[in-house]
Amino acid sequence: MSDGWAITNMRAIKGRAYPRIIGAKREPSWVFFEIALPLFTVAAYAYVYQFMEARNELIGYVVLGGAMTAFWLNVLWAMASQFYWEKEIGNLQLYMIAPISRMSILAGMALGGMFSTTVNAISTLTIGALIFHVVFQLTDPLMLIAIFVATMVALYGMGMMFASLYMLFGREAYHMSNLMTEPVYLVSGFYFPVRSLGFWTAAGASFIPITLGLDALRQLFFSGAEGDAFLPLETELLLLVALCGVFIVLAHYSLRYMEYLGKTTGRLTLRWQ
Amino acid sequence: MAVMNDLRTIKNAAWLGWEMEANWTDPFLFATYSIAKPISATLILVVMFMVVTGGDTDNAYFSYMFIGNALYMYVAEVLFGVTWVIHDDREHYMTLKQVYIAPINFYAYILGRSVIKIVITSAGVFITLAFGILMLGVKIDVGQIDWLLLTGSIILGMGCICVLGLALGGITFLTARHSIGINEGVAGVFYVMSGIIFPITALPLWAQSISKVLPITYWMDSMRRALMPEAMAELNAAAAFDVTGLGGVSNFYIMLFLAMSAAVFFFLSLSVFRFADGVARRKGKIDWTSSY
Repeated sequence: MSDGWAITNMRAIKGRAYPRIIGAKREPSWVFFEIALPLFTVAAYAYVYQFMEARNELIGYVVLGGAMTAFWLNVLWAMASQFYWEKEIGNLQLYMIAPISRMSILAGMALGGMFSTTVNAISTLTIGALIFHVVFQLTDPLMLIAIFVATMVALYGMGMMFASLYMLFGREAYHMSNLMTEPVYLVSGFYFPVRSLGFWTAAGASFIPITLGLDALRQLFFSGAEGDAFLPLETELLLLVALCGVFIVLAHYSLRYMEYLGKTTGRLTLRWQ
Repeated sequence: MAVMNDLRTIKNAAWLGWEMEANWTDPFLFATYSIAKPISATLILVVMFMVVTGGDTDNAYFSYMFIGNALYMYVAEVLFGVTWVIHDDREHYMTLKQVYIAPINFYAYILGRSVIKIVITSAGVFITLAFGILMLGVKIDVGQIDWLLLTGSIILGMGCICVLGLALGGITFLTARHSIGINEGVAGVFYVMSGIIFPITALPLWAQSISKVLPITYWMDSMRRALMPEAMAELNAAAAFDVTGLGGVSNFYIMLFLAMSAAVFFFLSLSVFRFADGVARRKGKIDWTSSY
């Protein structure tokens, strides 16, 4: 591995992250929609809990879960589906002939997406908390940073792996992303404690990093969340770190295999399937 | 002759819509994809309800919430479907200009594409409701259903949603990639304000005033009155006040309100669509691509 190779790929990461970060500034209306739309679901679910006179933590979980949907949607529609979109507009072949690693392109997309989505998620969280008077009691900021970073790396690693699978998809890409929206909100417990689904369902859902991430964030933000916790914080952090490694390695091999498959079957440039 | 041409356009547009939705896979997989999403969305609410009540699905509010969420699929999918026709044909498949110059009525084409969306959504709604009745004890008794009210509500409600979709479709002509956000925003307003999963009396007073002018609020109430008349009475009795916010409104008034809303929205939507269509032609936006 030469310095030239590393620098070229760093440039590719920067180059691919740039439009994602700067793009939001150029089109403020998208930022508005990305912040406002999750608030409708948050508001509806919070009113459901309020109507049933549920305890306050549950409304807090809804606000936190609603903010975290931004990351899952970003992974699905702007990471996993991205190579499908690139193929549809004819950019994918340009990526393929560029003298860079495909992983750099995905890493750039992940970094850029993570940044802009974090800004949107924090806005949703703040507005939701103000509207529904949610009180966050953060006791361990270092743990919060560790959990959040591990969740993001694992989650976007998963997105990179999905991107390679989506590369050969036709219209099923749209349906697949749709299929992984509400069902994942359900099994990952975006709007209720995942523990209430039972141990084995929650354990199965833990392969989706946001399940553990959300559970851990709730424990960190809400003093009354201990009874709702699925696993202890330290265990969840350890599992998230393991998932980071697993998904990034899987993404690397999956990308190579799917690219080979695409080339041999002539589907890398096939549009409107 | 013109009517026959329009009917043929509707039929062919519906067939095209079906092929675009479904022919990428086998029917079983397509059905799985179509069912998993609505069932999961409903189960989120079911689990939320279980977490708070410990599983008291005999509660009338459970049926209220379940049915509202199932029927909301029509609002989200049909509204979205109508506008997506413009967006998808123009930006993805780039065929809108060919459709435009074809000797067909464009409204008939949109209607045909929407019909298939309604059919697919109806399957999802039916399966969700059947799942609720059979597995979760949702209080719909076929013998108690007010069929006349149900038929009237479905026709007028679908009419309202489709014409609203037409107006949003017109706006889609003039917007770059915003149509998805606008659609979801409008659907989101209905989700919160129209008593879909909680009664409108749970909202602040200022929001209740808005709820009472939205046709979807009346549509939801009339559908529930038709499907679960006993549970609706039970809900108000348990709360000891008009918890739905429309308890004092008669079925006739609701039907009248829906009919008038559909008529007003029809003319309004037609005007918006024609205006947007004219602007799009003048500014060369019919074959505009901004998303891909």
